[in-house]
Amino acid sequence: MSAVLALDGVVLARGGSRVLDGADLRLERGERLALVGANGAGKTTLLRALVGLEKPTAGRVGAFGRPCADEPDFRTVRRRVGLLFQDPDDQLFCPTVQEDVAFGPLNLGETPKAAFATARATLDRLGLDHLAERITHRLSGGEKRLVALAGLLAMAPEVLLLDEPTNALDDANRARMLDLLAGLDATMLIVSHDRPALERLATRAVVLQGGRLEPAIIHRHPCPTPALHIHGLDDDHRHELETAARRA
Amino acid sequence: MGDRPPPWQHVLSRDLLAPLDPRTRLLGALALILAVLSLDGPAAGLLAVAAAFGLALAAGWRPAGLARRLAHVEGIMAALFLVLPFTTPGTTVLHLGPLAATSDGLLLALGLMLRVTASALIVLALLATVEPIRLGQALARLRTPVRLVQLLLLVLRYGALLRAELRRMREAARARGFRGGLSIHALRSFGWLAGMTLVRALERAERVEEGMRLRLWQGALPVAAPGRLGRADAAFGTGVLALALLAVIGIR
Repeated sequence: MSAVLALDGVVLARGGSRVLDGADLRLERGERLALVGANGAGKTTLLRALVGLEKPTAGRVGAFGRPCADEPDFRTVRRRVGLLFQDPDDQLFCPTVQEDVAFGPLNLGETPKAAFATARATLDRLGLDHLAERITHRLSGGEKRLVALAGLLAMAPEVLLLDEPTNALDDANRARMLDLLAGLDATMLIVSHDRPALERLATRAVVLQGGRLEPAIIHRHPCPTPALHIHGLDDDHRHELETAARRA
Repeated sequence: MGDRPPPWQHVLSRDLLAPLDPRTRLLGALALILAVLSLDGPAAGLLAVAAAFGLALAAGWRPAGLARRLAHVEGIMAALFLVLPFTTPGTTVLHLGPLAATSDGLLLALGLMLRVTASALIVLALLATVEPIRLGQALARLRTPVRLVQLLLLVLRYGALLRAELRRMREAARARGFRGGLSIHALRSFGWLAGMTLVRALERAERVEEGMRLRLWQGALPVAAPGRLGRADAAFGTGVLALALLAVIGIR
């Protein structure tokens, strides 16, 4: 079986320390792989290595059954793989939303007319058509993230690399993002600390530790302690505060 | 909605010029300013200021807002009155010690001030009331060299972001009791702030470039199809042309 994306014994150093130290990865077609690990473990570096933004000092990167070594190799990979950045401001640089979403299709060789039609269609499909004329830097954080995703999807990628897709989103935008991602056919590699999101999306998980990838599982324990909630006070909950006050 | 730059909201009321396309605004402002600059004498200048003031009011400016913006311009103009009357040869009207002011110099300064004021009012009326990015797009549609337009658009896009970053850092410093001033500590902190802003800008630029490369950038930037020019544009364009012709014929 040939993996869509693969790393073989990849070593990559940043600032003198080896962030990846013999990392092996196989991302199979159709799966949604969760990649977890501590802050600074090298998750983002790994995503960047897969699309050729970082050059390994040892090991091999492969995509769609072929080894990738130099910029021309990766340029063909990038037609089929979309990377969603952590900070959407790094991704949205065009004046308006529709221009930014049309940017990728134009680069794929579509005529301007076709590219704008693709952009419109993509925004429609994601329910973001009302944002088309808006100026990118005046969007809210949640809107920016969704539009950045639209910019990738307009290129119809087979694989999505998602770097913290739900990070810093409010509940509504997070739910929207999850619904959107759950509805896509693309193969995915998802970096996230949002465990419930991974539980919903991922079909398999790996953990990045000491520069290597180890298999991991996502599961829930039957809950022995009451789950923690924070929400506004209604009549059902006010009495708890009163009880606490009486006890004090 | 949401496209008008926030800082102007409190200065603007009803904008009668709102239907004008940014292209009409750019070309209109250019034509009007050229016409104003071709005027001669204080009387014509005064007329131009009055007309431009009317245009600015129509664009929704409140007089107080206009006064505040114009104060910057008039500050520079004050320098003209300090220099020109004493350096232009002509009939002397005033002696200040060894210096002699001429009426010709005063008239020259006055005429210049009026023309510059009228031009500033035209810019405020037609250009300052639109989102700068729309003007960038309009420039692209008017076939301004693509590189220049891209540079302008990127500056507008990321200038705002860098300003916001700088503001956040300053607020964070103030939240920890930083007061500024001229002490060694304060100066060093300002240095760090400036340095950090540069570093962040550089890193941001690298990430943006990477993002563009990942989406296979090869040098072309999309520009949305232009909107249609409407009846308002036609009417305004005709009016501007008539005024400009009048100004040019007037000086003959």
